[in-house]
Amino acid sequence: MSLATESGRDRARARNGWLLSLPALVLLIVGASGPLLIVVTYSFLKPGEYSGVIWEFSGQAWFQVLFQRDIFDGTLGWADAHLTIFWRSVRLSLLTTAITFAAGLPTAWFIAMQPPDRRAMWLFLITIPFWTNLLIRTFAIMEVIRNEGILNSALMGLGLIDRPVQILYTDTAILIGMAYVYLPLMVLPLYAAIDRFDLRLMEAGYDLYASRMRVLRRIILPIIRPGIVAGSILVFVPSLGAYVTPRLLGGGKNMMIGNFIELQFGQGRNWPLGSALSMVLLAVVMIALLVYVRVAARGDVVR
Amino acid sequence: MAVPDAGTAAADRAGAPARRVARRPGRAFSVTRLPGFGLVAVTVFVLLYAPIATLIVYSFNDAPTISVWGGFSLRWYADAWANQQVKDAALRSLLIASFAAAISTTVATMAALGTTRRGRFPGQTFIYVMINQPLMVPEIVTAVALLIFFAAIKVATGYQGLGYLILAHSAFCVPFAYLPIRARLESMDLSLETAAADLYATPWQTFRRVTLPLMAPGIAAGAMLAFVISLDDVIITEFVKSAGQDTLPTYMLGKLRRAITPEVNAISTALLGLTVLLLTAFFLLTRKRG
Repeated sequence: MSLATESGRDRARARNGWLLSLPALVLLIVGASGPLLIVVTYSFLKPGEYSGVIWEFSGQAWFQVLFQRDIFDGTLGWADAHLTIFWRSVRLSLLTTAITFAAGLPTAWFIAMQPPDRRAMWLFLITIPFWTNLLIRTFAIMEVIRNEGILNSALMGLGLIDRPVQILYTDTAILIGMAYVYLPLMVLPLYAAIDRFDLRLMEAGYDLYASRMRVLRRIILPIIRPGIVAGSILVFVPSLGAYVTPRLLGGGKNMMIGNFIELQFGQGRNWPLGSALSMVLLAVVMIALLVYVRVAARGDVVR
Repeated sequence: MAVPDAGTAAADRAGAPARRVARRPGRAFSVTRLPGFGLVAVTVFVLLYAPIATLIVYSFNDAPTISVWGGFSLRWYADAWANQQVKDAALRSLLIASFAAAISTTVATMAALGTTRRGRFPGQTFIYVMINQPLMVPEIVTAVALLIFFAAIKVATGYQGLGYLILAHSAFCVPFAYLPIRARLESMDLSLETAAADLYATPWQTFRRVTLPLMAPGIAAGAMLAFVISLDDVIITEFVKSAGQDTLPTYMLGKLRRAITPEVNAISTALLGLTVLLLTAFFLLTRKRG
């Protein structure tokens, strides 16, 4: 076969690939990616009086993300309210990741050790809650932890507490809700990693007189590391951008960054600040995903 | 309890049938057992389903508050059914989901045909990234971006209809439709199409009579997933919708911020039932046979 027809075929292949993908690309650019560029633009404009923007360049929104000027003497200071919200978002997201890992690892292990014909059923049981409406699952948690809810009723019935513990509308409520909602995202990649894990390595460990803890720490965890990283990123990223769960479980005061962004487009009437905050959130998420891609690539090389 | 299969397989590979027999009864040493793991796993499954089960049970509660059990009743279902707002929202949800599933599945099928099998081409990574972009960007960011974009178009054109919601939903459903279709295509044998071509079928005939029927389960699975994702969306819908364009989830979001009645439980249960039904169909469609 001559080189010319070879490259001609490659070119035809590329043209077909692009042509067939074109409708999807157009749809995604109009309905998802393109508008992100408008957000970048808006973050450099001045806020309009009621909503929207005034088309004048300004770095004010980016400045406001972290700093503020004192109303009286104009001195420069940190925007404490914003820092509190950022810190809550990061802290709750990290804690959510830790909790889902602690609960997800045994669950994934349990599923992977089931007979093959039953594994699909257990996996399906994990995925059903994941695909069901986020709002419904958050609502279900709300019902459980509210003052008159089942948790408090049960604790009072057992005589452990005299009056209901206020959980709803606290950071703890957000944490419980997010751990509940995002758990499947941790279990699935962990399961995939454990499923490929060669159990003979454990036997070898035991043959060499390792304890169970040692086998877990020195053999299992290092080998399923790509799954751990994947699960952690998959939980951390949506937790950081969570909106529905903190809004319903945290009440109005315990905002996370997603709710704070919304506030700027509602009562806050500061679209440029909301745009700048969106870009900050997007940047953090992209960095987390890049870390994931690099670790995943390294995992492949080892394998 | 049966010895977990993977453990047995490992023992077979290690050539130790005697140990396998010895391990079978009760609590003898099992390689795959880790202390406490089974207990945590069972607890996780219970905790995962308990809140949902409670929600469903209380949708049949006769009492008007959610805290007291007042006997079995279907009154909240009747209430929800009689509520014109709920009916409108439900129809709107189904309409948007149908359009979004049809549009996203069509473009995703084409893209999957363009980007799988037959080797890589320049720009393929870019196409992958673009298609999967809705899975990576936080939904609140996309929602804000669409709010700004559509607000400008609404002012410029005066059009306020459902088109914006359908467009937005179609876009974020693309990766969910694309992934099962691509998975199906990649597991398909190219030799069948080669055989068709050898038998003088035109490319169109080959596609119509061989490729399309073979990939149909993947397309159906993708469409179902897209439908479920569209049906469940809250954030983007909440930001994009014009006044009076509530879908079922945004209607519920509004309700949840005010006094909650078991009517919300009834709506949730109905929506849950529909989702589980579609997911079961998806599960059966994508299950590997044999």
